[in-house]
Amino acid sequence: MIRRNLKVVLLCLLCTGVQADQSTWSSQRDLFTVSYVSELMPLQINKLHTWILHIEDAQGNPVVAALLEVSGGMPAHDHGLPTYPRITAELGDGDYRLDGIRFHMSGAWEITINIAADGKTDSVVVLVNL
Amino acid sequence: MKRFSIAFLFAGLMALAWYNWPASPRPWTEADIEVLKSLSIESLEPLPADPTNAVADDPRAAEFGHALFFDPRLSSNGGISCSTCHQPLRNFTDGLPKGQAIGTSKRNTPSIVGTAYSPWLYWDGRRDSQWSQALSPLEDVNEHATNRQQVLDVISSDPMYAGMYSELFGELPDMTNVVAVNIAFANIGKAFAAYERLLQPGPAAFDEYVAALLEDDVDRQAELFSDDELVGLQLFIGKANCTQCHNGPLFTNNEFHNTGVITAAGELPDKGRAVGVREVAANEFNCAGSYSDAASRSCPELEFARTGPELVAAFRTPSLRNLENTAPYMHKGQLPTLFATLQHYNEAPLAIIGHNEAKPLKLRDSDLRQLEAFLLTLSSPLAIDEKWLRAPPSD
Repeated sequence: MIRRNLKVVLLCLLCTGVQADQSTWSSQRDLFTVSYVSELMPLQINKLHTWILHIEDAQGNPVVAALLEVSGGMPAHDHGLPTYPRITAELGDGDYRLDGIRFHMSGAWEITINIAADGKTDSVVVLVNL
Repeated sequence: MKRFSIAFLFAGLMALAWYNWPASPRPWTEADIEVLKSLSIESLEPLPADPTNAVADDPRAAEFGHALFFDPRLSSNGGISCSTCHQPLRNFTDGLPKGQAIGTSKRNTPSIVGTAYSPWLYWDGRRDSQWSQALSPLEDVNEHATNRQQVLDVISSDPMYAGMYSELFGELPDMTNVVAVNIAFANIGKAFAAYERLLQPGPAAFDEYVAALLEDDVDRQAELFSDDELVGLQLFIGKANCTQCHNGPLFTNNEFHNTGVITAAGELPDKGRAVGVREVAANEFNCAGSYSDAASRSCPELEFARTGPELVAAFRTPSLRNLENTAPYMHKGQLPTLFATLQHYNEAPLAIIGHNEAKPLKLRDSDLRQLEAFLLTLSSPLAIDEKWLRAPPSD
């Protein structure tokens, strides 16, 4: 029920014309692709918020039951994220809810997502410019 | 030889002149203007709700908290109130390196103004709400040095306080019931917080300058800002990298950074947030605790709080609004003046412990003076009636 509600919320966000900064990022060994929709559009600094990650395999099929670890930081400033964001729910069809993300500076951020699914592991770096 | 000396002297004088000659302002770009808008007080969002405090926005609680804030009876010697260190005329600081109350506090007295916007309180973020923060000095042996039973005795023995308390929270507790005493003590903190939430900065010359810029009112801009202040602002949002941490309309990201501040004389290095984050997680009055009014105990700030070595000697970014009367600066008041603070960031020394996130800026002294001139344009009266800035009249 909760999953369905979350999906409805996500779809409503898209169908009501909220612009989603959605790009696709390939993993280092091209095993997976990742895209995201942020609850905050456009992205802003200093706000704790949620992303929905969408994971597909190399053939474009949604990846379910994946284990995801998320970290990140600003390479130019040699520091990490101000929080420990983590996956709090798998929503089905390759969607995962990422809670607790916040950026506290403008500039170039890297969000690293380690993916383990179907006995395969790979890593994606999502670039965010604020 | 004589000709060589004259040339050498001339080159020296030119270098000295360059080092001290103030730069001139440049035209604003569209990107600059977006940054300026983000810093203007006009961008300050409405005060966020505090679900952990059911009386946060109750005017009766604000009046109760106002009276308590100035009451020295809430201390072991009857001579220390919150306003002893948090002095309204100094933007709720005290002008000392460390607070002086019953004893000497461990750190510099931070301002209260605007802290309702921060998820974390104190230099090390060891509390996660204004109300839980307000309780801590009462029982700190160096500050009020009282305890929760004595605080509640003051409330119950004063008919006005007892009336204000019971109207908001019901009857005062049986003092033999520890949990009931803790609930009542938390309630006192919540009244303090209802008052402290009212303390917000008002529009400063900087904000008026941004408004004039957006209205293209050139005469008003010239009235409000000198060339030095203008160049200082351009450095602030540019080469000096200040907005990396001092961003948004309160000029703070409310996060924790190690900026290589020297250890206070005679002390071991302060571990800052690395310890504060553990303390807030364990605090009985935190958002997730049983004294919080958060219905679902939903506490995302605590839940996703970062820990680890990156936070060693990291301290919360203070707001830069109204810093004119808040010297000395930094968590132990190590830097006596604003100029000394700017020199510190210009040099960005290696941190004694942890790692300094800041990099040397290579600015000239004249640049630092212009930055200082800009920072002084952030002073303003608070956006509140003056009656809240002194003790309420005793009837």
